[in-house]
Amino acid sequence: MTLNELQQQGAMATETLEKLSQVEARKCYQCGKCSAGCPVAEYMDIMPRQVMRLVQLGLTDEALKSKAIWLCATCDTCSTRCPRNVDIAHEMETLRILAKRKGIVGEKDIDKFHNVFLDMVKKFGRVYEVGLIVGRNVTTGKLFRDVNYGLPYLSKRKVHLLPEKVKAKDEINRIFAKAEEYALKELKEAENK
Amino acid sequence: MKKYAYYPGCTLGSTGVEYGLSTLEVCKKLGIEMWEIPDYNCCGSSSAHLVNPYLALGLSARNMAIAEEAGLDVAIPCAACYSHSKAAELAVKESPEKRAIIEDIIGRTYKGESKAKSILEVLAESLDLEELKAQVVHPLKGLKVVTYYGCLLTRPKKIACDDAEDPIMMDNILAALGAEILPWSAKTECCGASHTASEPGVGIGMTDKILLAAQKSGADCVATACPMCMGNLDMRQVQAAKMFNHNYNIPIYYFTELLGLALGIDSKKMGCDRHFVPAMELLQKYEKGGEQ
Amino acid sequence: MKKVGVFVCHCGSNIAHSVDCAKVAETLKDFPNVAFSTDYKYMCSEPGQELIKKAIKEQGLDRVVVCSCSPRMHENTFRNCVAQAGLNPYMFEMANIREQCSWVHPDDMEKATEKAIDLAKMAVSKVCYDEPLEKSYSPVTKRALVVGGGIAGIQTAIDIANNGFVVDIVERTPSIGGKMSQIDKTFPTLDCSACILTPKMVEASSHPNINLITFAEVEKVEGYVGNFDVTIRKKARSVDMSKCTGCGTCWSKCPTKVPSEFELGMSMRKAIYTPFPQAIPNKPVIDREHCLKFTKGICGVCSKVCPAGAIDYTIEDELVTERYGAIVMATGYQLFDASVYGEYGYGRYPDVISGLQFERLINASGPTMGHLLRPSDGKEPKNVVFIKCVGSRDENKGKEYCSRTCCMYTAKQATLVRDKIKDSKVYVFYMDVRTPGKGYEEFYNRTTEKYEANYIRGRVSKITQEGDKLLVHGEDTLLGRPVKVEADMVVLATAMVSNPDAAHLAQLVGFSYDKDGFYTESHPKLAPVETHTAGVFLAGACQGPKDIPDTVAQAGAAAVKVTALLSKDKLETEPSVSVVDQKNCAGCGHCVNICPYRAISLETIQERVNGKTIERKVAHVNSSLCRGCGACTVTCRSSSISLKHFTNKQILAEVDALCLQ
Repeated sequence: MTLNELQQQGAMATETLEKLSQVEARKCYQCGKCSAGCPVAEYMDIMPRQVMRLVQLGLTDEALKSKAIWLCATCDTCSTRCPRNVDIAHEMETLRILAKRKGIVGEKDIDKFHNVFLDMVKKFGRVYEVGLIVGRNVTTGKLFRDVNYGLPYLSKRKVHLLPEKVKAKDEINRIFAKAEEYALKELKEAENK
Repeated sequence: MKKYAYYPGCTLGSTGVEYGLSTLEVCKKLGIEMWEIPDYNCCGSSSAHLVNPYLALGLSARNMAIAEEAGLDVAIPCAACYSHSKAAELAVKESPEKRAIIEDIIGRTYKGESKAKSILEVLAESLDLEELKAQVVHPLKGLKVVTYYGCLLTRPKKIACDDAEDPIMMDNILAALGAEILPWSAKTECCGASHTASEPGVGIGMTDKILLAAQKSGADCVATACPMCMGNLDMRQVQAAKMFNHNYNIPIYYFTELLGLALGIDSKKMGCDRHFVPAMELLQKYEKGGEQ
Repeated sequence: MKKVGVFVCHCGSNIAHSVDCAKVAETLKDFPNVAFSTDYKYMCSEPGQELIKKAIKEQGLDRVVVCSCSPRMHENTFRNCVAQAGLNPYMFEMANIREQCSWVHPDDMEKATEKAIDLAKMAVSKVCYDEPLEKSYSPVTKRALVVGGGIAGIQTAIDIANNGFVVDIVERTPSIGGKMSQIDKTFPTLDCSACILTPKMVEASSHPNINLITFAEVEKVEGYVGNFDVTIRKKARSVDMSKCTGCGTCWSKCPTKVPSEFELGMSMRKAIYTPFPQAIPNKPVIDREHCLKFTKGICGVCSKVCPAGAIDYTIEDELVTERYGAIVMATGYQLFDASVYGEYGYGRYPDVISGLQFERLINASGPTMGHLLRPSDGKEPKNVVFIKCVGSRDENKGKEYCSRTCCMYTAKQATLVRDKIKDSKVYVFYMDVRTPGKGYEEFYNRTTEKYEANYIRGRVSKITQEGDKLLVHGEDTLLGRPVKVEADMVVLATAMVSNPDAAHLAQLVGFSYDKDGFYTESHPKLAPVETHTAGVFLAGACQGPKDIPDTVAQAGAAAVKVTALLSKDKLETEPSVSVVDQKNCAGCGHCVNICPYRAISLETIQERVNGKTIERKVAHVNSSLCRGCGACTVTCRSSSISLKHFTNKQILAEVDALCLQ
């Protein structure tokens, strides 16, 4: 396929991304300072710089499929040092949100972890570690991961066996519902633009 | 007497219990009053903003709004809670439209008048280092420390409470207590955050690099201001050593624990006996009068 | 009834593509006072001008309007043209229907044409009130001032002096020579910098037409082209220049050591010192901030040992005022402070140095006698990493622009390392390699081929100190993976930035500068060494980053412009100056304060009122200082001050033409 055709294909996603993230990917001059300082770069399938390149060229679909956007730890080192003031970390974050909405998940375990975490926040208003570890292990199918930490945590009186609950449950529900409402509205606007 | 709203988040009562206890003890000693935000909720940690930025802003804004009702700035020990709360504060100040959205999400008023401050920032601002020196009961003379700030206190620029590349708030406080602050390479590197739980091959690798740098520096211990960093460096230390065939025994302390120790607060009262990497021996040496 | 001729120019298609020129000419025919109107493809061309002259004669026109480009472009052309046809050149107006119309409205012919017609009508209304004006003349002081004694200033001064004019160089530091004196070798030929600079320094100091005023600064500038009155502060040297022989006894005995500015803090100088051994003049100054005599009132050793009795602690700053016909700014540049990059650890890691520090470390007369050694432990580095664009091309931490010289000096430094340390390895982190100069690309090719420099495309993110080594973290963007390079020394190619007081100096002399503090040339292509202020010229890096070859070329160009100016016996001055209606003037003095050229003053006049003689103050314009900006006319509350050729009546006529339709 020609570059022109590939760009055509990714045009929708690119526009949505631009609208959502407000990041000026075109400013990037591919110096690689982001990737050089990235603590996760060595584990990524493509460099953060290359993610920016894909976006810059309008090959956003390809960026959405990468593992890199899921491995980004949002440590902001890249954005802080970028000589062109491109907020790379925010672009990664937006790509990830967009990918998730489109059902493309490059790193399933990471995604599941965050789901379990937020489910708990939704339910109780706070998180408690036992629930988090159990929940994660059940959803990822890795049942015995970290069980050796459960006991020491307990012995050191550092975890609650039962969750602490926020009393204003209705407020938490409202936050989740309204936030989703606004996120969807924003996404829709970006897609229609 | 200075008074702050205190936001412990989810960790300071559990996995980060030492941080909570030591912060409260230290503040009591220094005459800073802490009023716990009633019925506070989780800030969304490293998950909410990855899924929905509005959720992250909303969760933090609710806590901030409650503090604003009480007319207090918020002191936040956990670096992640600080970062997200600060983001919410800045968001409502960004534009009237943004504020209207956030207020609608939480169903409360939040004008951004109540400010989010990290406990490190609160202490660095309110402590006169010369006065602090005079208050020291157990000087940390001879204690070699590397200070570890990680990401959330130093980045991004608009949220950071200290320099992105060479932060010094913790250094100044600990140096005033008599500790020797060593230079090292991982002062603001990322510890791996939640990747240690979700993608251990990656996350623990990141943690390992920091432990290795600390070991190379020749420090006796690492001082931190973040329970997530603590969890990774302390709880995961054995796992990292095993996974990468290294041999570590580096106690990790919250800087408030070291501050409390120097001010003469009983280390057990601060929960220092609840670390994974044994931490009491080094502390007790200084409680008994330090290096002779 | 006036007889105005209107001439509408197509400017090829520049105007005609969006303005219907024939329609403009046709419409203007019916406008009051217009006796003749036509359009033509190129009005500025020979046949175009003939058309105007012919119409003036045949139609008996008494004033002319040309609708074409900006007056900056062709006002003089057409003034000369109407003068040749026998009209006073000021009986002419220009309507700018190109820059102000066709170029800014390329897509709407109807509206653009409408606007062009309006502009033409305004010009006709104005021209009707034009009056014949005569140019006046002012004398030229045949002496030039060069501010700055680096290679730019030295070369400019020598070229002016060789053309037979007297020139003063004012240099801020105790010696001329500038940054070039600190550099080791020069690209692309690797001549020794001192070997080619010192002869020029000597020539400047011994030239009968050149006066060196070192350790001095420009304090105040008044006047105008041909006659600038410049006040120069000669800072107190504490050494009587007429007695001092430069024997050096004083600085060898002085007990106070201070980090040397010339060696960038890498070695010490004394409190009484010359900046470097080949300094010109080779006579010292006392650094009063550090000298014990001045700080504590003790010591006085230099005075005791001076065989010539030249030390004089009582010397004070001296202010002198000189008159000059032209001024050349050659104030040079500074290097970007790399400590802004916390991630590179400059200032924290001793073996991370700047490019200029490298020059001193590799220079035979530098602190290490030309042996490249690490500042930390004095060991010879085997792995040297160069990082380009430190402060350049970085809108986050530095400057947005490219500093132009770093690609080449880094290539040069890489070859010098490989030349001096045979078993060394060099790594150059770059984003682009820019070599647009004669022999530059060839030099770069030799750096990678013959000298085997490893060029890695990527901007370094961080340097960490690991024991006695430095670890440089970058991405090889061509490989697409992070790389770490272990280094014994890291050299930062720091950006060229303007002097911290560049803007202040520009305001003081009275010309413009850009957002980065570099001085603005009059035209980027066609007037690169002129400023917008007549009689003030530019040479070297004060105008923007440039290397030595470009600096020297620009210095020569500036000298030619100065010489052309000083060769004239008198200068034409524009007759379009302000005049005061003193009968009406209330003497409030607002115009005095607003005039940027200090051309207006209050004078006392005598009047007879009701049979009594009274005195009162009124404004007076010195027409040789007035530049015709018009600021006074709008500030005057009683409309008593008016600018010739732009009278209040003319401005209102233009407004009427626009509004009363």
